[in-house]
Amino acid sequence: MSSEKPLVEEGTGVTTTGHVWDDDIREWNKPLPKWWLYSFYVCILIAMVMWYLYPSWPTLNGYTKGSLGYSQRATVAGEIAAARRGQDAFRKQLESAPLEQVKSNPELLRFAMASGAASFQTNCAPCHGRGAQGAIGYPNLNDDDWLWGGTIADIEQTLLYGIRSDHKDTRVSQMPKFGTDKILKPDEIDAAANYVASLSKLPSDADKAKKGAAIYAEQCAACHGPEGRGNTELGAPNLTDGIWLYGSSPEQIRQSIETGRGGMMPAWSGRLDKTTIKSLAVYVHSLGGGR
Amino acid sequence: MTSLKPPELKPNDFIHGESSFSAPGIARDDVEAVNRAKPREFYAPRPAIYPKQAHGTFRRIKWIVMAVTLGIYYALPWIRWNRGPDLPDQAVLIDLEHNRYFFFFLEIWPQEFYYITGLLIVSALGLFLFTAVAGRVWCGYTCPQTVWTDLMIAVERFWQGDRNERIRLDKQPWGAVKIFKKGMTHLSWLLIGLATGGAFVFFFRDAPTLAAELVTGTAPESAYFFMGIFALTTYVLGGLAREQVCIYMCPWPRIQGAMTDRHTLLISYRPERGEPRGPHKKNDSWDGRGDCIDCQACIAVCPTGIDIRDGSQLECIQCALCIDACNDIMTKVGRPANLITYDTVAKQEAKAAGLHEPFRPVRPRTILYTGALVVVSAIMLVAWFNRTLLEINVLHDRNPPYVQLSDGSVRNGYTVKLLNKRPEPRTLLLETEGLPGAMVGIIGVDPSEHGHVHVPTDELREVRVLVSVPPAEAAKLGASSTPFWLVLHDSENGTHTKRAAKFQIPQPRHDNGHEKEDNHERH
Repeated sequence: MSSEKPLVEEGTGVTTTGHVWDDDIREWNKPLPKWWLYSFYVCILIAMVMWYLYPSWPTLNGYTKGSLGYSQRATVAGEIAAARRGQDAFRKQLESAPLEQVKSNPELLRFAMASGAASFQTNCAPCHGRGAQGAIGYPNLNDDDWLWGGTIADIEQTLLYGIRSDHKDTRVSQMPKFGTDKILKPDEIDAAANYVASLSKLPSDADKAKKGAAIYAEQCAACHGPEGRGNTELGAPNLTDGIWLYGSSPEQIRQSIETGRGGMMPAWSGRLDKTTIKSLAVYVHSLGGGR
Repeated sequence: MTSLKPPELKPNDFIHGESSFSAPGIARDDVEAVNRAKPREFYAPRPAIYPKQAHGTFRRIKWIVMAVTLGIYYALPWIRWNRGPDLPDQAVLIDLEHNRYFFFFLEIWPQEFYYITGLLIVSALGLFLFTAVAGRVWCGYTCPQTVWTDLMIAVERFWQGDRNERIRLDKQPWGAVKIFKKGMTHLSWLLIGLATGGAFVFFFRDAPTLAAELVTGTAPESAYFFMGIFALTTYVLGGLAREQVCIYMCPWPRIQGAMTDRHTLLISYRPERGEPRGPHKKNDSWDGRGDCIDCQACIAVCPTGIDIRDGSQLECIQCALCIDACNDIMTKVGRPANLITYDTVAKQEAKAAGLHEPFRPVRPRTILYTGALVVVSAIMLVAWFNRTLLEINVLHDRNPPYVQLSDGSVRNGYTVKLLNKRPEPRTLLLETEGLPGAMVGIIGVDPSEHGHVHVPTDELREVRVLVSVPPAEAAKLGASSTPFWLVLHDSENGTHTKRAAKFQIPQPRHDNGHEKEDNHERH
């Protein structure tokens, strides 16, 4: 780059900058429009004001906080608290309302369903599935078959204290391991399995089932009932219906008798607050199978 | 006013003067470079325009159009319309709070916004048609920018006098009189702006309520905000920027060129009658000269500061005030009126060649626009008359798609939305059709209601619906997914509406079949 005396454009009086590159490249000195330039200066000023007011510059062990003390985290916390406060009226109502009455109050029901659905996805979906459809060993909560009772109060109790959990009020029962503990011989187990299959009209061997009936009456009827209809007091499943938590194939039934069954559900009373558990009970009861 | 034409070229601007002497026998193209390397000013300050008061037919029409359009704008929100006790009684209301749009007897829900889209398409096509027939009539008479600018200029004229007085005032040094006149002008503009913004917000909230709120300072913040925005834009665009909005900001002058053609009525100066122009003294002969006496009256009244005698140009909003100004002069000098008039290019060319060419409003272009207008309007009308006041939307549960119950029944869950668009609450009966043995249960609705759902006035109610099919019937369903109808009855007026849904049953699983075979073999 070399320098020269600025050239003047004829007519407009615009000059060059006086800098010459590569012998013949010159630049017109045509400044930005005034409005643009002043807008730019104003932006710089605004930026400086913003530095002063808001968090801006990182330091070695933190950042400049700004005079307004603004923080996005605090804003979010405030918004969550505000949302909570917005729910307060409903939460109070839900807390005091008897469970059975929640369903007859459309507004309260809507709140309980929405809050229950959200809590369900966070806390229950890992085992029961996002649609509460369950899996082998994890009950489907949509259907009308309930191990420990399907009234809204039953569901709330299960939620509060769990099943075979470490809570002192937990629901608990144990299906014996008839095979593992050598209570029954393999052919007896086979016979009992055939009888159980016949109870819900699944394909079975009539002779074995006949032999199994005696074994059933002796070993199983105490919990599952003389007709196999189960007992929600003991969490003993109904063996006559079409719903099988651990599968209905002959192998699966045989395995259930051999090794015993006993799923575990945690107690939620210490982990979720009462109204959340209440809304979960309402939500689960409303999935369609509640009694 | 700076013209957008290329700069005028003087003979010495041509660098290669020799080129005009082309070799014998070689034709010379009649062409000029538009962007010639010639110093040009990039930023030109805007010279002030002082439109003079015009008098005549078109000025009268413009006053009437202004009164009507402004009247509609300011009065519309105050018109009442009874819709029953549960709905607002404002004839035109955009109720953003409740997501409803009311227009006299029409009420539109947000999902029916396509009616508005259709209305906008009809308006656009109407604009095309008007433009093809008579040029920028929208710009010249009814565009809000034109109407408000006209109003602002009238206010300016009221405080500061007509053209010459205003020019004189601007040249005067600042003094008490000038400060008063200018101050009152700007104050009036700001008040007009405030009234514009004030009227605007009334379209969005019950007008009498909002008016009381505005006076007592209890209106929603957004009302003040939009009042402020509209006051400011009206003041800036109508009072200060004026014709610059039309020339530099508005896209329509660029687009309208595609709608006009040789048969479009445009405000035109008739050069064949006016030229050669020149000053004319009383009792001079009119022989051998044109009717234009070069009095510049047409330029003086022009709100965009152009000379219509230069021909059709982008800046011309076709407000027709130059017609009034010229006719005034023509009457005074005793020549026929309409030296400047609505005319077509085709007619002018024919006249210059001594031929006659009629005005052709009916031509392929206008037929096409009219056709499109009719088609879209017909579609809109059909859609409107088929609009239901009762709607049902059904969403099948995705997870789980079906539930098997203990007695072997199969149950499907649906999220159902019931839309009651009537101005009264309704009790609706939900049933299935085409699914034998199906039973309907609705969460949150007592079984004693037998499937009757109460939906409040003009609202949507969402319910969860469970449909169960007993085992015997479920076994008869061949496919894994059976179509059926969810039907909504209004027992009071006998209307019903239905929506197709699917009922899903467990698919026969291949591996189950294997198990059965294995089982069989063992026996």
